Amino acid sequence: MDFTLSDEQQMFADTARTLLGDTCTPDHWHKLMEQGAAFDAARWAQIVENGFTLLLLPEAAGGMGLSELDLALIAIEAGYVALPEPLAESAGVGAPLLASLAPEHPALADPAAIIAVAPAINPVVANADIAAAILIEKDGKAFLVKPDQVTLTPAETIDPFRRLFRIAWDESKAEDLGPADWTLALDRASLFAAAQGLGLAQRAVDLAVAYSKDRMQFGKPIGSYQAVKHHLASAQTAIEFARPVVLAAAAEIGHSDVHSRARVSEAKIVALEAAEKAARASIQVHGAMGYSWEVDVHLFLKRALALKAAWGTPAFHRSRIATRIFTQPLGADQTFARQSAKSETEHA
Amino acid sequence: MNLTYTPEQQAFRAEVRAWLEAHVPKEPLEHYDATREGFEAHRQWEATLKSGDWGMVTWPKEYGGRGLDLIQWLIFEEEYYRAGAPGRVNQNGIFLLGPTLMEFGTHEQKQRFLPPMASGEEIWAQAWSEPQAGSDLAGVRATAVLEGDEYVLNGHKIWSSRAAFADWAFGLFREPGSERHKGMSLIFFRLDQEGVTRNPIRKINGHVGFAEIFLDNVRVPAFNRLGDEGQGWHICMATAGFERGLMLRSPARFQEAAAALAALWQSRKDTCDPALEADVVRAHMNAEAYALNIYQTASRLMAGAKIGPEASTNKIFWSEMDIHLHETALAILGAEAELLPPTGEHEWLDDYIFSLAGPIYAGSNEIQRNIIAERMLGLPR
Repeated sequence: MDFTLSDEQQMFADTARTLLGDTCTPDHWHKLMEQGAAFDAARWAQIVENGFTLLLLPEAAGGMGLSELDLALIAIEAGYVALPEPLAESAGVGAPLLASLAPEHPALADPAAIIAVAPAINPVVANADIAAAILIEKDGKAFLVKPDQVTLTPAETIDPFRRLFRIAWDESKAEDLGPADWTLALDRASLFAAAQGLGLAQRAVDLAVAYSKDRMQFGKPIGSYQAVKHHLASAQTAIEFARPVVLAAAAEIGHSDVHSRARVSEAKIVALEAAEKAARASIQVHGAMGYSWEVDVHLFLKRALALKAAWGTPAFHRSRIATRIFTQPLGADQTFARQSAKSETEHA
Repeated sequence: MNLTYTPEQQAFRAEVRAWLEAHVPKEPLEHYDATREGFEAHRQWEATLKSGDWGMVTWPKEYGGRGLDLIQWLIFEEEYYRAGAPGRVNQNGIFLLGPTLMEFGTHEQKQRFLPPMASGEEIWAQAWSEPQAGSDLAGVRATAVLEGDEYVLNGHKIWSSRAAFADWAFGLFREPGSERHKGMSLIFFRLDQEGVTRNPIRKINGHVGFAEIFLDNVRVPAFNRLGDEGQGWHICMATAGFERGLMLRSPARFQEAAAALAALWQSRKDTCDPALEADVVRAHMNAEAYALNIYQTASRLMAGAKIGPEASTNKIFWSEMDIHLHETALAILGAEAELLPPTGEHEWLDDYIFSLAGPIYAGSNEIQRNIIAERMLGLPR
C-alpha cells in the first residue's frame, strides 16, 4: 500500500507543466480566440514530440505502455492551461480503444493522428473534422469512419476551445471493428475529464489569489478580507479532497469492476464539482472583472461545465456509485475492496 | 503508487479482527462523558486494549506501543470501528499529546508519560482555551512562573474536553508580561492536585463533556514543561497539525457511519423522498474521499514529509461531511428523527447533535479557512 507518485511520474508531469505552461498562455488563448481557432498545430507537434500521445498505447501498437495514472497527471496540467488540443480524448480514449480492436490500423502509425470517439452517451463528437479516424459506438460495437465518409455539422459551444460536431453516418460505409469495451472507454474519458477538472480548479483558485493580492479596496488588498479568503479556502479544500480520488481512480481503473467504475465516477463528480466551485468563487472574487471576457476565468468555468456533463452526467455517474453501494459490502475495511477479476462478469 | 495491501498487512488485519472479536464488549459502554462510571468503564477498556498490546500501535515499543507504521494504524482503525469498539477516552492523550511528545519530548519525558498514556492509567485533557482566548489562542492569560525547579501556575482554562474526569491536562501558559505568540510554554499538571478546581460544563446533549479549570498557585516540576521555555506556541501548532491532519478523526468512523446510513436508507426508502438517495451516495463518496486523502497523507508521512497547513482542509472536510451525513439520516427518519432510539440502536439524533460541534472544536472552521488562505494560498493577513 503506497499512495505516492514515483519520481518518473513526477518528472513526466513536470515536463508537461513546463511545455503546456510555456505555450498555452493567456496571450495565446486570446490570439486563438481572435482567430476563431481551437487548435494549435505547433503545440500539438510538441505534445507529440514529447511522447504524450503514445503514453497509454501498448508497446505492441508502437506505444509506451504506461498507465492511466501517468496520463492523468498530464491531463491535470492540460486542465491547468485549459488546453484546446484533444490530448485527453484522442491519446487517452480514442487511440487505446482503436489499439485494442485493431492494433495494426494505419491510423495508429502516426503519433500525431487524432482518433475521435463518438460514444452513444455523448450527443456530439469532439474534433471529428481533423481526426484520422472516428470510432462510433453502436450496439456495443465500434465502427470506424473517416471524416469524409460522414456528414459533420458543427455544433457551437460556449467553450471557445472545444470543437464539436454532430455526426450523421451510414453503417454500410463504416468499418465494423466488432464488439468494443465502451465501458472502459467511458471510464478513461471520465477519469481524464476528472483530472482536467483538478487542473481547471487549481488555475481558477490561483487566478483569484493573484488578483485578490493586487486589487485594493478600502485601502487594503481584497485578499486580506475573510469573506474573500473563505471563498478560496473552500475551493482549495474541494481540490484537496478530489485529488486523491482521481489518483486512486487512475491507479485502479484497470480492474474494470464495480469498484473501479464507482471510483472513476466519484472522481468525475468531485473533481468537476471542485472545478465549477473554484471557477465560480474565482468569478466572484474578481468582481465585475470576473464577469468580463477580458479576464480569463470564464474559460475555466466553461470547460468545467462542458466536462461535467460530457461522458455521463453527474446523475449517470451517481447511479454507478449507487450500484457499488447497494450490491457490495460497505464499511471501514472496504476502501480498497475488490472482487477478484474472475468472478466479475457483468459490465454495467 | 500501489493500492493493494501486502500479505503482511492482510495478516495484520486478520490478527486485529480476531482479537477485537474476542474482546470488544458485547454491550455498549455508557458514554465516557456521561458519568464517572462510564468514564471508568472506558479506562478499563483501555487497559484491556493494552493487555493485547493495542494501546497505541504506532508508538515505539519502549514507550508502550507496537512500533507499527501509519498504514497499519489505518488498518487497525478500520477494524476498530468495524468491530464497534468503545470510543477512545484518552484521545486527547494518545492522538494529540502523544505524537507531540514524541517529537518534542526528552527521552525521560517520553518514558514517564507515554506508557501510562497508552495503557489508560493516565487520561489526559487539553487545557488551552480561556474565556477570552478561543479562536484567538495567542490571547491566553494563564501564567507560569519558574521558582527554583518548579512552575507556579495561575489562571482560568475552559472548554477542556474530558477534564471533568481526567487525570492530567496539558495547558498553555505564558511568562508574566509576555505578549501574544511569545513567552508561552506547554506545561502538564494533574487535575486532582492542590490548587486545581474543575467545574464540569454540560454540553447540548446533556453530557458533562468538558470542564472549566481554575488554577490557583498550582506547583508542578519544571520537568512537566514540553519543549523549551517560550516554545509553547510552536508546539501547540504542531499538536494542532496532528489533530487536524491525521489522527483525531479516522476515516473509519465516517465509513462505518456512511455504511449505516446506506442500510438505514435501504430499510426505509419505500416511504422516503427518493431524492434522498443522492445524499446517501454523497455520504459514501465523502467518506471514501476522506479515507483516500488520509491514505495519501499517511504514505507521504512515511516517505518523510511533514504535516503542513493542508491539515486545515481535513478539519473542514470531515466536520462538514459529518453534519451532512447525519442531516441525511434525520431526513430519512422523518417525523421519527426527534425520538430517542431504544438502547443499542444507532443514535442518529445524538450523533447529529455531536456533529454540530465539529466545525467548532479543534480550531473553528472559520480559523481553518483563514489558515488555508494565508498559509496554503499566501493571501495577506
